[in-house]
Amino acid sequence: MKEELIIAGFGGQGVLSMGKILAYSGVMQGYEVSWMPAYGPEMRGGTANVTVIISDRPISSPIAHEYDTAIILNQQSMDKFESQIKPGGVLIYDTNGITHHPTRRDIRIFTIDATAEAARRGTIRMFNTMILGGYLKVRPVVTRESVFEGLKKSLPERAWKMLPANEEAVRVGAELIKEKL
Amino acid sequence: MKEDVRLMKGNEAIAEAAIRSGCDGYFGYPITPQSEVLETLMEMRPWETTGMVVLQAESEIASINMVYGGAACGKRVMTSSSSPGISLMCEGISYIAGAELPCLIVNVQRGGPGLGTIQPSQSDYFQATKGGGHGDYRMIVLAPASVQEMYDFVFDGFDLAFRYRIPTMILSDGVIGQMMEKVVVTRNRGRMSDEEICRQSGDWALTGRKANRQRHVATSLALEPAEMEATNLRLQAKYNEIEQSEVRYDELMTDDADYLIVAFGSSARIASETVQMARKKGLKLGLLRPITLWPFPSERIADLAARMKGILCVELNAGQMIEDVRLAVAGQVAVEHYGRMGGQLFTPGDVYEAVQEKLLKKRRH
Repeated sequence: MKEELIIAGFGGQGVLSMGKILAYSGVMQGYEVSWMPAYGPEMRGGTANVTVIISDRPISSPIAHEYDTAIILNQQSMDKFESQIKPGGVLIYDTNGITHHPTRRDIRIFTIDATAEAARRGTIRMFNTMILGGYLKVRPVVTRESVFEGLKKSLPERAWKMLPANEEAVRVGAELIKEKL
Repeated sequence: MKEDVRLMKGNEAIAEAAIRSGCDGYFGYPITPQSEVLETLMEMRPWETTGMVVLQAESEIASINMVYGGAACGKRVMTSSSSPGISLMCEGISYIAGAELPCLIVNVQRGGPGLGTIQPSQSDYFQATKGGGHGDYRMIVLAPASVQEMYDFVFDGFDLAFRYRIPTMILSDGVIGQMMEKVVVTRNRGRMSDEEICRQSGDWALTGRKANRQRHVATSLALEPAEMEATNLRLQAKYNEIEQSEVRYDELMTDDADYLIVAFGSSARIASETVQMARKKGLKLGLLRPITLWPFPSERIADLAARMKGILCVELNAGQMIEDVRLAVAGQVAVEHYGRMGGQLFTPGDVYEAVQEKLLKKRRH
């Protein structure tokens, strides 16, 4: 098993922490993991992306040439990464703010309206775990139990009161994701 | 006992290892992409547990001179920075080398020259291995290719520094510093007492003069040329010994290889995937990864070169280590360079294309 994933969007959307939760979940299941951020001078509002690799064998390069899955959260990232998905791979995106939708026919494309749903529920900070839930529905590389453990590991103790809401968001995300046919 | 496995950034691993390796003092100044070293140390508050001092100095120049002072007192001391900050430290590093003192310096490289960029680069190879500061001095330079090695090399770096009383550098970069991987957190050794330092590396430290011994002097100044030459000869003898005993490298599929990549640090990680890609396509490609950049694995490279059809140096720079590879190969076979600069990265596929372009195509012509 080897999953090479990129999560890309704006800084502040929780791109890096979503990757971190996933990486921790991989560790919980005994997998090898790498988490490589394209760090920049920007914080909130700038572009942010992270490459997460989960594998049952030692990971050679933390930098991937093509991705099994891309989670795209803004137009700039769509423009940049749609072409870097392996044929037969998966593209997941939130339609919010996307004006040019993906056009590739050799990959599976899913949409998840997490921005709208999180806003409707008044839990905009759960946006990223909602996306994560959707991703895991499509690509169950780790179990939901491992993700819940990973969530706990990646959050500081003072934020543990947020765990139930995050777990709920993972469940909601799984129901929200739709394949674009 | 169950292994303590954690997910850590390379920079966090440096901080964790510093405390656990019995470091007495860290002096540093923030700079991307290594700021998490200082941040993590401040968060862990080791002064409350091991008594380790963690201090944010007013500048990199102050940091390295605090290291100089701590080292003279026989303390396990260290600093970390990124490329432009290391440039500021070069004078101090030369003084520490001249005064024959042990210390650990971590460089999490970013693109240069000048203030450059904050993205990863390996363009300080020359600075680390050929001087940077003035005078005929050397540093032992360790190049980690994983977060685990960031952790382990703090222990190794201090050991080497004290064994030879020499500044030792961990030459990392923004990839290894910023990425997270699993780390097996092992060992926990205490800080050394003055007596232990004497036992380990001789009675040289400035620990306060006792009635029964000569005073110790830590200096790099000798106005008498004969005396300065004697210092130089002593340094050179030490450097020879290090070249004989401390060369470290790693190899991947070199046994039956027709072509060889030489790469260090993050480049070696990326190139190791290239080797696997090539093997799947039937191309016999191998990888040699120098772990010590100085002393350099020249002999091993010379041996391997004798049976290679071509060698590619893969570095995140304009071609620096290639000079040492070419010296080692001594014309036995063509040595080509592939690199990116200014904070740009290559992928395993890019390196594969470079192998095709620079090694295979050229031979056909």
